[in-house]
Amino acid sequence: MAPAANIAALRHGLDAGDYSARELAQDALGRIEAANPQLNCFITVTPEQALADADAADARIAAGNAGPLTGIPIAHKDLFCTAGAPTTCGSRMLAEYVPPYDATVVARLHAAGAVSLGKTNMDEFAMGASNETSWFGPARNPWHRQHTPGGSSGGAASAVAAGLVPLATGTDTGGSIRQPAAFCGVTGLKPTYGRVSRYGMVAFASSLDQGGAFGRSVDDVERLLQAMEGHDPQDSTSAERPATTRTAVAGMTLGLPREYWNGLDAGMAQCLQAATRELEAAGCTVRDISLPHTAAAVPAYYVVASAEASANLARYDGVRFGHRAEAPKSLDDLYRRSRGEGFGAEVKRRILTGTYVLSVGYYDAYYLKAQRVRRLIRQDFLDAFGAVDAIVAPVTPSVAFELGAVQDPVAMYRQDVFTTPASLAGVPAMSVPCGFCDGLPTGLQLIAPHFEEGRLLALGAAFQHRTDWHLRQPPA
Amino acid sequence: MDWESVIGLEVHIQLATRSKIFSGAGAAFGAEPNTQACGVDLGLPGTLPVLNREALRMALTFGLAIEAEIASECRFDRKNYFYPDLPKGYQISQFEAPVVKGGAIVISAGEAEQRIGITRAHLEEDAGKSLHEDYAGMTGIDLNRAGTPLLEVVSEPELRSAAQAAAFFRELRALARYLRISDGNLNEGSMRCDANVSVRRRGATALGERTEVKNLNSFRFIERAIRHEIARQIDVLEGGGEVSRETRLYDAERDETRPMRGKELSDDYRYFPDPDLLPVRITEALLAEARAQVPELPRAKRRRYQETLGLSAAEAWQLAEEPSMAAYFEAVAGAAPPRRAAHWMMDQVAAALNRSGLDIAVCPVPAAQLAQLLQRIEDGVVSGKIAATIFEVLWNEGGDVDAIIAERGLRQLSDADALTGIVAQVVAAHPGQAQQFRDGKAKLLGFFVGQVMQATAGKADPKQANALLLKALQDP
Repeated sequence: MAPAANIAALRHGLDAGDYSARELAQDALGRIEAANPQLNCFITVTPEQALADADAADARIAAGNAGPLTGIPIAHKDLFCTAGAPTTCGSRMLAEYVPPYDATVVARLHAAGAVSLGKTNMDEFAMGASNETSWFGPARNPWHRQHTPGGSSGGAASAVAAGLVPLATGTDTGGSIRQPAAFCGVTGLKPTYGRVSRYGMVAFASSLDQGGAFGRSVDDVERLLQAMEGHDPQDSTSAERPATTRTAVAGMTLGLPREYWNGLDAGMAQCLQAATRELEAAGCTVRDISLPHTAAAVPAYYVVASAEASANLARYDGVRFGHRAEAPKSLDDLYRRSRGEGFGAEVKRRILTGTYVLSVGYYDAYYLKAQRVRRLIRQDFLDAFGAVDAIVAPVTPSVAFELGAVQDPVAMYRQDVFTTPASLAGVPAMSVPCGFCDGLPTGLQLIAPHFEEGRLLALGAAFQHRTDWHLRQPPA
Repeated sequence: MDWESVIGLEVHIQLATRSKIFSGAGAAFGAEPNTQACGVDLGLPGTLPVLNREALRMALTFGLAIEAEIASECRFDRKNYFYPDLPKGYQISQFEAPVVKGGAIVISAGEAEQRIGITRAHLEEDAGKSLHEDYAGMTGIDLNRAGTPLLEVVSEPELRSAAQAAAFFRELRALARYLRISDGNLNEGSMRCDANVSVRRRGATALGERTEVKNLNSFRFIERAIRHEIARQIDVLEGGGEVSRETRLYDAERDETRPMRGKELSDDYRYFPDPDLLPVRITEALLAEARAQVPELPRAKRRRYQETLGLSAAEAWQLAEEPSMAAYFEAVAGAAPPRRAAHWMMDQVAAALNRSGLDIAVCPVPAAQLAQLLQRIEDGVVSGKIAATIFEVLWNEGGDVDAIIAERGLRQLSDADALTGIVAQVVAAHPGQAQQFRDGKAKLLGFFVGQVMQATAGKADPKQANALLLKALQDP
């Protein structure tokens, strides 16, 4: 049971009886116990539930009705509701909150027999790109512990990169799966908006939030996606679409958007050019394209996402659940202090921003304009996909930065320059490891048309077939 | 000084769906506090709304009934404000794109019919209830009502008197009950009304400053509160003051309106499209389904009662107001003279229902039996008086009209020979009175009729008895 074993190998080991699901879970729990004090990638570990689920998986395996994920350890980002286990969202507001129900994603993976070991660290309410807004302190990058694992799904990426779990769920609103995947050297997929149910995912920005998958390889991520995806009658925005299947790679035309490639850091550019050559070698042709409204994506994203967040986070008022201020003097005092104490600075900044852009007199200038920009960005992608099958781009402007290095909130928002466009357009995008700069991993972003995750999986798998970046492991 | 009042109503109609508008929780009235609220109604983190199709269907049925414009697409928005009984910190409502626009309701308040335009009708969720009593200085929150579907109907400011406003509300209630979209139960808050009231000098075209009067939940209160508010505004203006735009609460106990305090509602609700709910396409199939639920409407029914059944306007109103009353009446009137049926409905039937506290829907006398009874009066088989006795028997014991007549020997004595004998006996038995009658005391005819009726146990046909008595008394 090597920490870096892939799902196919683990499946074989479990089915062949080389080890049991219980042993696999115990092994992973032991590694989490040893590594978490340094990496801080788990907020909650649930060993008892994990071992009970592992025993159930072993019974299924023995009975001969194991599915692809039965007995495979997994971790959930701490904004997927888990019945009976804390779901903190990385916030003091929900530090003590235990939901009474499972998110659809959690329920589906549980039904598939995956063994959840616990809940991973994240930026508070998924608002952040470095994990530093977490009430529980930042998770750390296994490649260099003074560096960020990225955010907001930093704990998930860190845990997979460190070999603590082979699979982890995450969510991506403006890059929260792809950026940490790139920073930690793992594979991360943000599916099409509507592909994976949002029911039970604590909302940040409802029109952008999308659950997705982390793994060490495209093969592993594909297995996780197939267990998560599909229509959910409890989520009106979830789509009724056929399951994801890989397409063929040979003959695909790939677009390189100049707005992403121009002005890229030299080391990063080198990695990405080499990666592109591998895809050409796999049978793709490459051409330049333009996504002209790319520069407007970050400001539009922060208007739309903050507006939705300002409403989504209004329910945390200290009345029914979550943090409640001691001895309130009045209703107003209860609201002010519960929210003042429960939310961190970045969350407050976005609630204020969102409230502002929706206010009378500002709505047209900000919210409506941002929605118009969003439509233009979506149209950019639709136009591009008229000419190319998929897009190849960087994930981030740089490799993982040092914790504490980015203090200015707007500079932090600019981290999302290459990830927010796909979020606003709702198209699927994936980050695959494609090299190293300064000893830290870099990611290659693949973007496909709506519901064409099959192309991303095919391209990513072809790339990983020809390269071994995804097999590199951080120092123990 | 001559003043004209201008009134517009906003009526919240609680739709009679089985479950709530965005969740599967039950929507029945009167359950123990917080027993009919699920995770969605509580606004638990991660929960999502799913539109109740039946609520949409009901709104469409209403729109079709008032001949409104039905958009091909409607949309839900979030209305943001903080209040402890509003679990999410926003109410899901329709702002920009309501389901129903335009249309009209025709009222008749003593005068000729008048068409009152409807501005719009939109779907929204109700909030919970704040209970300020029984909690020793604290406020209890009951979320059973949270998420109950409401159709908010907004009229144009085309009502000109308190009486017209009450007539509008009455007509709207009748319509809602006919369409079976609401139980219209005012005591349970199934219909709640707010009024926008302003006054202006007669002949002026500009509107005066208006106040919003809340909490008008019965026909009587609407009329009284609006009348009061009109008088108050005229007083203010004639005293040289100005009406200030404000929300006033009607206090039924003191019969006055006063400025609302406490609930500090923001003026800026920061409406924006709810990203959890996709725009709703109104398909032809859905419209056909809604159209199939539009029966003959109260106004058409009243017109038919007057024009083809010969009822008065007041009779038509009374019989057509409640759909169950109308259905019963029509069943009786289909098999008996309609006007007699109408009189019996409003007299004997209404009195008996009243005495027993029963609703017409569970009337113990089947409509067919009542029709048969009325037909027997028409046929001269029984007198009206005997029929009333038979009705009591039907009410208390049930049975068949003809069988009761036969068994109890209640057939009217229309055999002239038999009656002539009885008349002769009665005249012979009262020679003094007979002489007085012949001497000009014509009133004594009544006495003799009474004697005949007594002798025949009421079975004599009074008309025939009259004629025979006159004959017997005049030529001895």
